[in-house]
Amino acid sequence: MTLGKKPMTFKKFRKYIPLYLMLLPGLTYLFINNYMPMAGLVVAFKNYNARKGIFGSDWVGFKNFEYLFKTDDAWIITRNTIGYNFAFIIINTCLAITVAIILSELHDSKLKKFYQSAILLPFLISTVIISYLVFAFLSSENGFINKSILPLLGMEPITWYGEPKYWPFILIIVNAWRVVGYNCIIYLATIIGFDRSYYEAAIVDGASKMQQIRHITLPLLRPTIIMLTLLAIGRIFYSDFGLFYQVPQNQGALYPTTNTIDTYVYRGLLQLGNISMSSAAGVYQSLIGFILVLSSNLLVRKIDRESALI
Amino acid sequence: MVQTKEEKRFHYIGHIIMALLAIGALIPIVLLVISSFTSNDEIIRRGYNFFPRELSLEAYRFIFISSDKIVRAYGMSFLVTALGTTASVIITTMMGYPLSRRDLPFCSGLTFVVFFTMLFNGGLVPTYLTYTGIFKIKNTLWALIIPNLLMNGFNVLLMKSYFATNIPFEIIEAAYIDGSGEFNTFLRIVVPMSKPIIATIGIFVGVAYWNDWNNGFIYLTTRTELYTIQNLLNRMIQNIQFLTQNPSNLAQASEGLSKIPSASIRMSIAVMGILPIVVIYPFIQNNFVKGITLGGVKG
Repeated sequence: MTLGKKPMTFKKFRKYIPLYLMLLPGLTYLFINNYMPMAGLVVAFKNYNARKGIFGSDWVGFKNFEYLFKTDDAWIITRNTIGYNFAFIIINTCLAITVAIILSELHDSKLKKFYQSAILLPFLISTVIISYLVFAFLSSENGFINKSILPLLGMEPITWYGEPKYWPFILIIVNAWRVVGYNCIIYLATIIGFDRSYYEAAIVDGASKMQQIRHITLPLLRPTIIMLTLLAIGRIFYSDFGLFYQVPQNQGALYPTTNTIDTYVYRGLLQLGNISMSSAAGVYQSLIGFILVLSSNLLVRKIDRESALI
Repeated sequence: MVQTKEEKRFHYIGHIIMALLAIGALIPIVLLVISSFTSNDEIIRRGYNFFPRELSLEAYRFIFISSDKIVRAYGMSFLVTALGTTASVIITTMMGYPLSRRDLPFCSGLTFVVFFTMLFNGGLVPTYLTYTGIFKIKNTLWALIIPNLLMNGFNVLLMKSYFATNIPFEIIEAAYIDGSGEFNTFLRIVVPMSKPIIATIGIFVGVAYWNDWNNGFIYLTTRTELYTIQNLLNRMIQNIQFLTQNPSNLAQASEGLSKIPSASIRMSIAVMGILPIVVIYPFIQNNFVKGITLGGVKG
């Protein structure tokens, strides 16, 4: 604070007491909701005993991690979490940029508003309800695809909820359906902010629309694309629990392609009662996730101070 | 300005692509709504489809007449959303404002305390053990309101930056010189000047509460009467009988089971779950777009 400079008098400090009081509820909440669980991560290095609590349980060192990394699960959940995230980043970014560019070029404001509203709506629907929407299409007995589409093509019904091989595609489509309307908002706002004189000059020079997009819009959009992608890469160790748990309806047969770190931690904790494995996987996620978020933000900061969290 | 042929073709194709995407976005929701008005027998015969031969209101009749659980869960959703959003907006605003005051001693340290929660978190296991072991919120109403949803660092920092850029410090200083206390300045000057950001954050939080199923899923194990509509839907995926289960009257339960239009009722409850979002959608959309643009790439 002001140590060494002007000592702060109590009178001056007293002026700020009301402001500190305003901070109090929020700080208390962050302490309970965020900082206590951070300290609670030590549970992964203990043999958890509900009676003794997190801090009273006995230390076991790295045993929980040894068990976790001996299983195939550790590899599968890591592969799935990172693999899906990479697919999401590539596909959703391409779609979001395409949509943003098209929307920015259309003039009919009423239709434009309608398109935007329609594609944003899925983002506002809860994952539980999304799992019902998917079920209406994929249900084995009553699903639209099995009852209406496949017979039309002369194909046999498929038990979607029993065949892991289809799920990478299903989850990628469902996720794109859900987030593209949301992801394109920032790109669209960025494009609208571009200096129109570039385009006017290009038109005078006889550039076509496609040439304008290739040589003006995309290069100008590059910093935004790089930054959003870096930030997404920072979150590559986290997955949307709802998407991977609710949408495949927690079907055991689908675990090989739907189990991610988040669903694994949940099942370990609340369905199998295996707190040691579950907490070890949690620490694995928190620590590597932290390192990735930190490094991606430091990288972004190098490119553009304003855009980084740090 | 005269459009060239190439431009016309570009617009034409652009409209086609966007129209297809818009239809793609809406079609699952259309199937959901149509299915909810289809008779149960028709669904069992021909599956969920867009052109049912037999429409029916039986699912909705069941929701409002035969089961008190659904209406009750719907009420819980509204209650939790109202309580949670109000509390969250108050706490977030009260936290964002002092942090926006650069004259506040320890301001940057306190901001870091907020900011660090966005970089690092304990995850599910310690959070669950803390809330159940120390705070005993399992199977209480608190479980639906407090964990994870009540406040988050992102909203606080969004609020802080809005205050810092939109409320000139001179106004606050002038109020101080006129003898206005900090609380008074906050309530009479800062809050009225910040209605747009308060509305935006209220919408973010309100949608999150309405759509949340995670807290009930994790913390409500026995007191199912506290279920929100999302928890009820979640439970029904595996167990449609839950709707008529009544521990005090088992005979009635099995009798009720045969009467549930199980294929259509799933969809009609889901429709009710989306309905409030759709009703205030224009308001939600404007605020969402504003909030995301304000938050910039940080969102």
